[in-house]
Amino acid sequence: MSQLWEVFVRGRRGLSHVHAGSVHAADAQMALRNARDVYTRRGEGVSIWVVPSSQITASTPDEKDPFFDPSADKVYRHPTFYNLPEEVRQM
Amino acid sequence: MSADLQTQFDALIDADERIEPRDWMPDAYRKTLIRQIAQHAHSEIIGMQPEGNWITRAPSLKRKAILMAKVQDEAGHGLYLYGAAETLGVDRAELLDLLHTRKQKYSSIFNYPTISWADVGAIGWLVDGAAITNQVPLCRCSYGPYARAMIRICKEESFHQRQGFEILLTLSNGTPAQRGLAQDAVNRWWWPSLMMFGPPDADSPNSAQSMAWGIKRFSNDELRQKFVDMTVPQAGVLGLTLPDPELRFDEETGHHHFGEIDWTEFYQVVKGNGPCNEQRLRHRVRAHEEGAWVGEAAAAYAAKQASREGVAVA
Ligand SMILES: [Fe+2]
Ligand SMILES: [Fe+2]
Repeated sequence: MSQLWEVFVRGRRGLSHVHAGSVHAADAQMALRNARDVYTRRGEGVSIWVVPSSQITASTPDEKDPFFDPSADKVYRHPTFYNLPEEVRQM
Repeated sequence: MSADLQTQFDALIDADERIEPRDWMPDAYRKTLIRQIAQHAHSEIIGMQPEGNWITRAPSLKRKAILMAKVQDEAGHGLYLYGAAETLGVDRAELLDLLHTRKQKYSSIFNYPTISWADVGAIGWLVDGAAITNQVPLCRCSYGPYARAMIRICKEESFHQRQGFEILLTLSNGTPAQRGLAQDAVNRWWWPSLMMFGPPDADSPNSAQSMAWGIKRFSNDELRQKFVDMTVPQAGVLGLTLPDPELRFDEETGHHHFGEIDWTEFYQVVKGNGPCNEQRLRHRVRAHEEGAWVGEAAAAYAAKQASREGVAVA
């Protein structure tokens, strides 16, 4: 039976693939063709990835806070944490 | 726990943030969105019929190619929207069933016939024009996947409206007979286009809740007024009149005043008694049934390939 595929499109060389939406298709080749017809009718892409939706593992929104917590308390990871003399401010 | 989730949801809405598929959301919010997005999707694909009617009879190869591209876009719009609805936990096949069994509706505008080539122009200018007015604020809808689908759609709609306007402009500058066709089409499509914004605010009980949820940003009457104000000067450029003797610019309000809309007609068409309701649905169901073999063949082919490669079928 037809299954659901997530579609990722690279807009042009130098950019990464970005999620565009989904399509139904029986297999990967057809998913690619459908994705081309649905999401790139006006030159919106130079490359397409399709992935079965069921194959995507996502972080759950419920564990959002604790899951992303480790990054919140490390202000020293940001350049603005460091106070440098006027002469080297551009660093 | 549920109170916590509700508070979180409310805070996101208040902050004008987007709700995403895996977020908790109130049942009523989910149901409202599924219905609205599904009916929007149904409108896109049923909307292919009135214009599809003229593909084989377009007056030139250029017009034919343009019309095919436009109708193909509408198919694409339907697919973006079914995709957005599916993120809410429904299946596209279910939604199509609801359309085919008349449990979900589509926009009543597509229940009017396209009796001349000029109707293709009037649809592009007025019907796509009204759709754009409705859809631009939906690009900021609180539900992320719906808003993103609308951004994609709005980018494509502008070609739709411009090609329609150009058809009417060409006819309007043509022979008296061609000009007559253009005026006749505008006369027939004007009022139904105004009805596309839905009943007056006073008779639209669900609007307030949709506004509070950030699904709807402007009321039906506000959008209708915006459309009239935008369209009246364009009719002047076309050299065509709009069929409303009461239509005039009101210096005091800064808006165009327009006459009373015939809401009995609107509700008749909604109930299924429009000129083409039966035809549209019958055609949709037939296309679905007669096209079923394509999906079955693709599935059979995929299964055979997979078994040859010794891979389990997903
Ligand atoms: Fe559309
Ligand atoms: Fe359109």
